[in-house]
Amino acid sequence: MLDPHESPEPYDSFLARHAPFIRVLMTIGPSPISAEFLERLPVLELIVATSAGLNHIDLPACWSRGIVVTNASLAFAEDVADCAVGLLIDVLRRISAADRFVRGRLWPVKENYPLGFKLGGKRVGIVGLGSIGSEVAKRLLAFGCTIAYTSRNKKQSVSFPFYANVRDLAANSDVLVLCCALTKETYHMINKDVMVALGKDGVIINVGRGSLINEKELVQCLVGGDMGGAGLDVYENEPNVPKELFGLDNVVLSPHCAVMTPESFEA
Amino acid sequence: MNNIGVLMTCPMSEYLENQLENRFNLFKLWNHSAPKPDFLKTHSSSIKAVVGNTKIGADANMIDSLPNLEIVASYSVGLDKIDLGKCKEKGIKVTNTPDVLTDDVADLGIGLALAVLRKICVCDRFVRSGNWINGDFALASKFSGKSVGIIGLGRIGSAIAKRAEAFNCFISYHSRSKKPNTNYKYYSNIVDLAADCQILFVACALTEETHHIINRKVIDALGPKGILINIGRGAHVDEPELVSALLEGRLGGAGLDVYENEPNVPEQLFSLENIVLVPHVGSDTEETSKAMADLVISNLEAHFKCKPLLTPVL
Repeated sequence: MLDPHESPEPYDSFLARHAPFIRVLMTIGPSPISAEFLERLPVLELIVATSAGLNHIDLPACWSRGIVVTNASLAFAEDVADCAVGLLIDVLRRISAADRFVRGRLWPVKENYPLGFKLGGKRVGIVGLGSIGSEVAKRLLAFGCTIAYTSRNKKQSVSFPFYANVRDLAANSDVLVLCCALTKETYHMINKDVMVALGKDGVIINVGRGSLINEKELVQCLVGGDMGGAGLDVYENEPNVPKELFGLDNVVLSPHCAVMTPESFEA
Repeated sequence: MNNIGVLMTCPMSEYLENQLENRFNLFKLWNHSAPKPDFLKTHSSSIKAVVGNTKIGADANMIDSLPNLEIVASYSVGLDKIDLGKCKEKGIKVTNTPDVLTDDVADLGIGLALAVLRKICVCDRFVRSGNWINGDFALASKFSGKSVGIIGLGRIGSAIAKRAEAFNCFISYHSRSKKPNTNYKYYSNIVDLAADCQILFVACALTEETHHIINRKVIDALGPKGILINIGRGAHVDEPELVSALLEGRLGGAGLDVYENEPNVPEQLFSLENIVLVPHVGSDTEETSKAMADLVISNLEAHFKCKPLLTPVL
């Protein structure tokens, strides 16, 4: 799998270097796939879109080249949503920390383990209500959470409360789940202001991209006890993860594998 | 009511302790260096209520030593540590804490299944160890769409089913009898249920019939790709059989909140990556602990004011 965003090489040279071999393109989020872009990939056979919509892809250009376009959004979206929910339950109920406690042979010594927090009744704010955000919402409703969201545009077919900006969403939420694409507009959208608005017990789950969050400010808030916790699958400078987080029990760290299950790849 | 003696069997909630101290003459069984039977003899006549939990309830010996015992209010929904027969015989009321903890226990069940399949705890260890620099993490296993089997479709079992449905799981169950008004598939035979599902949840009450309901046959039927999640009682599972199945790879994985001999957990499990171990925290959230304590207090107050009990078992 070649991910230009994870390479330090400039995008254009990365693409030019690998282009002779790229037969499958996986698009995540709404980045446009234009006819000009397609011309840079001479042996492309298949485009797999993980977004719900396909209107960012020049479909006639694909058809005239004989490029097949498929939408595998549901399989990948389910996996990412499962990861987001798993991280949230882990943070609130301290599952990883409790597992460390038991394996550390501390239960017979310390008897009691600190209490966690209930999921039901938590106000969850979803940042980006695309296919992944929708799957997260569907799952968390079953746990008794309430859902609100922010997105580039209000979704007419959705009844969840909409907030035009993430700070207002945070002010009215207990948990933020980041499910949107990384763009110029969303870069560092989660900053200290938003974290303060979310509050001292607030929890952030990030299954989008590391740079959606100002990581330095996140670490400061977490280490300073100004946030309830965080579940992170992505980071600004993977595979480097801020070491200050390693000693915290209210943080759960995952190595960018939200989308990685064999069943999804087979789908 | 400050002269009514209430016996608390072990530390379970500071909040509950404070509330009981404010209202009653509270005896804390664990604070007394005298052996339990002697302590009970000295104070027995003034004790009219016992507040127990899943660790120490009210067994026959305790009940016999408290001649003026009127009510046992359990800080739990499970009743396996209370001698119900003896209580019934002596006309002693029993209350528990149903409903308020249903969501938390179901949430933990699903959380454990996600943690086992998606290797969340293993991932967290991997990142904290600094090993991500050296290479990517191996693939985990998908949760959504898996077939789920639930043993016991009561309050907690139904709550698990509702959550699993949101993950597009197919739900089957085993119960003493088929439940009307559900679309889930019923299995009268638990081995067949285990053979047909990929994730098996134990969510029934512990009784003589359900003791070791998860035995070698069930474990083998669940198989090397199957996951067992126990949020019931340790004694639901034949623990030595479970341990050897996990060590030998005959069972795919397990998420455990309860064990046969808490707080002792079989140490052979500590090196396995396909299990998640938590220390009986099913209902351990700030919100639910307070709700359970309030329910215990409300039941005791109702009893001593001769009002109807809120959540009577007997």
